[in-house]
Amino acid sequence: MLSYVLKRLSHTLLVIVGISIVSFVFLQLSGDPVGLMLPQDATSQQIEDLRHKLGLDDPVVVQYLRFVGNALRGDLGRSLFSNEPVAALILERLPATVELAFFSMAFALVIALPIGIVSALKRGTLIDTASMVLALFGLSMPHFWLGIMMIMLFSVQLGWLPTSGRGSFAQIIMPAAAMGISMVALFARLTRSTLLEVLGQDYVRTARAKGLPEYIVIGKHALKNAMIPLVTMIGMEFGLLLGGAVIIETVFAWPGVGRLIVQAIMDRDYPVVQGAVMLLSMIFVIVNLLVDLAYGWLDPDVSLRRASK
Amino acid sequence: MEAAPPLLEIDGLSIDAMLADGPVRLVDGVTLGLRAGEVLGLVGESGCGKSLLSYSILRLLAPGLRISGGDIRLEGRSLATLPERKIRAMRGNEISMIFQEPMTALNPVFTIGDQVAEVFRTHQRLSRPQARAKAVEALAAVGVPSPEIRVGQYPADLSGGMRQRVMIAMALACRPKILIADEPTTALDTTIQAQILELMRGLQRNFGTSIVFISHDLGVVAEVADHVAVLYCGRVVEEAPVAELFRNPRHPYTRGLMGAVPQPDAEDMPDVLHEIKGNVPRPGHLPGGCRFHPRCPVARDICRISDPPRVAVGAQHHVACWEAADAS
Repeated sequence: MLSYVLKRLSHTLLVIVGISIVSFVFLQLSGDPVGLMLPQDATSQQIEDLRHKLGLDDPVVVQYLRFVGNALRGDLGRSLFSNEPVAALILERLPATVELAFFSMAFALVIALPIGIVSALKRGTLIDTASMVLALFGLSMPHFWLGIMMIMLFSVQLGWLPTSGRGSFAQIIMPAAAMGISMVALFARLTRSTLLEVLGQDYVRTARAKGLPEYIVIGKHALKNAMIPLVTMIGMEFGLLLGGAVIIETVFAWPGVGRLIVQAIMDRDYPVVQGAVMLLSMIFVIVNLLVDLAYGWLDPDVSLRRASK
Repeated sequence: MEAAPPLLEIDGLSIDAMLADGPVRLVDGVTLGLRAGEVLGLVGESGCGKSLLSYSILRLLAPGLRISGGDIRLEGRSLATLPERKIRAMRGNEISMIFQEPMTALNPVFTIGDQVAEVFRTHQRLSRPQARAKAVEALAAVGVPSPEIRVGQYPADLSGGMRQRVMIAMALACRPKILIADEPTTALDTTIQAQILELMRGLQRNFGTSIVFISHDLGVVAEVADHVAVLYCGRVVEEAPVAELFRNPRHPYTRGLMGAVPQPDAEDMPDVLHEIKGNVPRPGHLPGGCRFHPRCPVARDICRISDPPRVAVGAQHHVACWEAADAS
């Protein structure tokens, strides 16, 4: 197991280095922030001075190495506009994003798992068809539209929930639900299909032949096997959620990382965009690493096979 | 011996597959008996219904298959109509099963110990540590080396033969009256096959377990069974004590099966392997009359028209064939 962990860690490191190079290069291609920072009538001397001050006149490689060197010391630079440290800007927004990601995931799983399990067990019945249609309906609706409809119904018409902002539990319900609903379909369908596949396996027949009650056959023998692909999907979706939900954060005025990045892109605020992309990719990669490690626990074959290679 | 009532009676059992365009009969009016301490071999080609027959005993038929007629009785109690809760209490307890594929019959994500201990926890309501201790004992009894280490391992850590031993340990954990073994050695190497057969014979002697042994391999059945039933297209075509069957096979299908088995030590057997010509007909497309007649080397007119009756041709030796019926 330990060698498996070490191997996965070294892969993770390589991926992070790759991301830093790619995101750095792409940002370079996107244009120059100086034009936006200075007034229209700035002289070319002023432009040169600012470029020099920001280090933008150095070769790309030098700029990249400087960025990496600083990043390793925890310094992601300062915003070109507010002059605040980038790391602080992001960390300030991160809890809101994590909170939203967590609640939308919880919302999705609480609804999707029972639906998926029941549809698999009652395959081909009305319950199965109805819940799969419902799940598909959730997947097909764009979040922003769903978010706006929810605001109209629950805030404007019924007055039950606040329209936006962050602070109380009531404020997170709608954004979490709006983001979670599309994942409900995803998870419910995945749970159904993997569970159906698992239920056809020989070891399920063995479990029944042993005289185990059906709740153990399904809840223990079938479900732990069905969890394996589900955990992958949960991990990937969670990683994506942590990247911030730009649209939902905008609809519900949720002060998360998504909105920060969009604003920074609009402003060509290089250091903020670069720092945020780096940090979020790292989070994504680390979540994936955790998922892989969870595999080792779920499926003993994985850790054995990979470690022995 | 003759008078002893069978432990398990299969009485006119039929199994249908429920298809969209109506039921198709896969097992048709099979009657068999298993006496206490006896090993009953069920032989036939793939698709003859031998596995279905064995699964139906514990009501483990896949969805879409159902018992459409007849009855199965354990010591006089009907199993076919028993409530689900009661049949579940019998599974793994009074009647156990082992399967062909030891690679996939064990759950890959739970330890061996956990899977064996489950049987004790379910049927004997033992605590976790008690059940685990019993699991170690059960593994030791089937010749798994260092069982106290094996209980913590996963199926992937074990060889095929070891896994089949684990399956047997699990099946015999509660000392069932009957063990149903569905091709238990087919997926194993020949040497391992011999070890597993030896183990099953030993356990059968020690515990007095009755065994229903299903195989397509007459040679294997000859080694373990006391009584053999030959199935063809969902029907028993011949049944007899093992020695009698091999000495005096009466059904052309049985003779065909024997011709298809290599016989290195038999002098009166030609040293070529014979195959039975043709293929097993598909269920729902069975020929009229005797189901074997299109493949039968001695088929006559009556075989094409009329089902042969089941006739006694010796002590406990029955056959369903017009040749035998006319001779008797």
